[in-house]
Amino acid sequence: MVLIDTSSASVSTRRLTTAKAMVEGISQEMERDPSVFVLGEDVGAYGGIFSSTTGLLEKFGPHRVMDTPISETAFMGLATGAAVEGMRPIVELMFVDFFGVCMDQIYNHMAKIHYESGGNVKVPLVLMTAVGGGYSDGAQHSQCLWGIFAHMPGLKVVVPSNPYDAKGLMISAIRDDNPVVYMFHKGVMGLPWMAKNPRSLGPVPEKPYEVPIGKASVVRTGKDMTIVTLSLSVHHALDAADDLAQHGIDCEVIDLRSLVPLDREAVLESVSKTGRLLVVDEDYQSFGLSGELAAVVAETDPRLLKAPVSRLAIPDVPIPYSRTLEYAVLPTMERIVSAAKRVMA
Amino acid sequence: MDNVTRLGLYKTMVLSRSFEEAILRDYHADKKPVWDIGAGLIPGEMHLSAGQEPVAAGVCAHLTANDAVTATHRPHHFAIAHGMDLKLLAAEIFGRETGVGKGRGGHMHLFDPSIHFSCSGIIAEGYPPALGQAFAFQRQGKDSVAVAVTGEGAVNQGAFHESLNLAALWKLPVVFVVEDNDWAISVSRDASTSVRSNAIRATSYGIRGTRIQDNSVEGVWDAAKTAIERARAGEGPSLIEVHTVRLWGHFEGDAQAYRNDLDTLIDPIPAYANQLESDGILTPELAKSIAEDAKARVDDAFEYAKSSPFPSAREVGKYVFA
Repeated sequence: MVLIDTSSASVSTRRLTTAKAMVEGISQEMERDPSVFVLGEDVGAYGGIFSSTTGLLEKFGPHRVMDTPISETAFMGLATGAAVEGMRPIVELMFVDFFGVCMDQIYNHMAKIHYESGGNVKVPLVLMTAVGGGYSDGAQHSQCLWGIFAHMPGLKVVVPSNPYDAKGLMISAIRDDNPVVYMFHKGVMGLPWMAKNPRSLGPVPEKPYEVPIGKASVVRTGKDMTIVTLSLSVHHALDAADDLAQHGIDCEVIDLRSLVPLDREAVLESVSKTGRLLVVDEDYQSFGLSGELAAVVAETDPRLLKAPVSRLAIPDVPIPYSRTLEYAVLPTMERIVSAAKRVMA
Repeated sequence: MDNVTRLGLYKTMVLSRSFEEAILRDYHADKKPVWDIGAGLIPGEMHLSAGQEPVAAGVCAHLTANDAVTATHRPHHFAIAHGMDLKLLAAEIFGRETGVGKGRGGHMHLFDPSIHFSCSGIIAEGYPPALGQAFAFQRQGKDSVAVAVTGEGAVNQGAFHESLNLAALWKLPVVFVVEDNDWAISVSRDASTSVRSNAIRATSYGIRGTRIQDNSVEGVWDAAKTAIERARAGEGPSLIEVHTVRLWGHFEGDAQAYRNDLDTLIDPIPAYANQLESDGILTPELAKSIAEDAKARVDDAFEYAKSSPFPSAREVGKYVFA
């Protein structure tokens, strides 16, 4: 495991929202590399429905920041074709929930061309997409679905949880020679029109920097149990860990940051120390990330565990609309605390 | 149209047919006595292009290695007409490490960046990447074009319609080609498409549309010349639909019991040979020598393929990521 020292961010006192950090990463790469361009629905004058492209049109013009028709198959494939010819597209899928209308271009083309070509054709692009619920947007606009993208060979998948990582992972994703799916949770963006966690505003260095893809981050050290999570749930897990500390339970929290490649070593190193693993995942429970992480431990050495692996994920139901129902399935701080206490019981 | 060009079209078609006949021979050679699609030196689905050579020859005659082609699940005639090295093509089909995709792709997934060639086994889904190649050429200030090919069975897919609209909207240097061979596996064109000609659909998207009714290589050549010149000149996309013919099955092993048109099919290669002979351009001797040259090149390629090593199973994970 390589610990990425996010404390280096503390040299900067400038604080940005996750959305602004992400845009800054894109903007700096567009200045550095003329082959980078942005396309998607409402990425121009609107600036991205979740502020992922704010100000880019004004800065770089319609030649490099392009609103598309609502034709995800066409523009997703266009991004792949342009990448094959040496450009570096950043293509936005407005909500990850929309992948169904263009998945063929993603998993049969974007993801497989490098392999099918025997390594002769590279597809350097970033597919950025908004994920997650918590604001009553219902079953078709609230999913995380990262497990599906991580399941398909050929796609790297990154999921930043905070402003520092959002900028660094974006820069790494743009510079990577593979298709990178960059999944940003609406709840970590620091949007003025949505409830936000306090960590959606954080220190971000002005200069460009990379956060390596495939490296998890230990965001809190502890000795009693390991909570492995990602995205918005990192913040709920950190809040839960504060609460649990008052009950004498000392949690280590790992922010995976990348799903592909998965930092298995970081998970194993922590579980070796704590002997307990709770996976917190805002994606569906079955056949997904939480099962994968349980397998990582089970396949390596189940004797690392003092207690069975525990999972807190979306039970296998569509994300409900009504607040009472939605919050009954989301991995909230309270539910993490309860799950952690059960692990320690 | 000069004689050299006409002979060139003929040679391309003959080479392509020669390759397909060799594949046909080797594909079936070791699948006896019990036919097993996964057995033999060439395993898997095999979609051969016999009858459709005029489309590839007529279009690709106007292209250089700097132009892109995205072909379909039936891609060999376009790969050959666009200049793919026959050895690399054959070796890929035989699943060898020396293949154009090092044995990872197979006959429906051929990628050759040296000639900007690719294909997709998914109906209509080769159109969107062609838009991106055209977009890149435009942005890079090149006068290259992208040719996107589908069959007539693809024209009711969303990818087809989304691509026509976006290409027209952004005035991309794309030429859409529809190979109408009447059959989407076993479903006829009339049973699947509401209009007689996709040129109509092109027009409705603001794209210049042409339908060539007779599988004539010179008709394709003419239409492609205009379309490709327009694309190079920044005048935007065109669509060319060619009423062509699928002489063989959808894939090898297809008994074609659903077909009632087998007696009426016209093989375009002898038909073109007759035309060239009556115009005094081709003689029986020259035709023989063209066929022999083609066969020699195909034999060389097959020899190379068959003597090439298989990929190592230890390297199965190589190339998932760059």
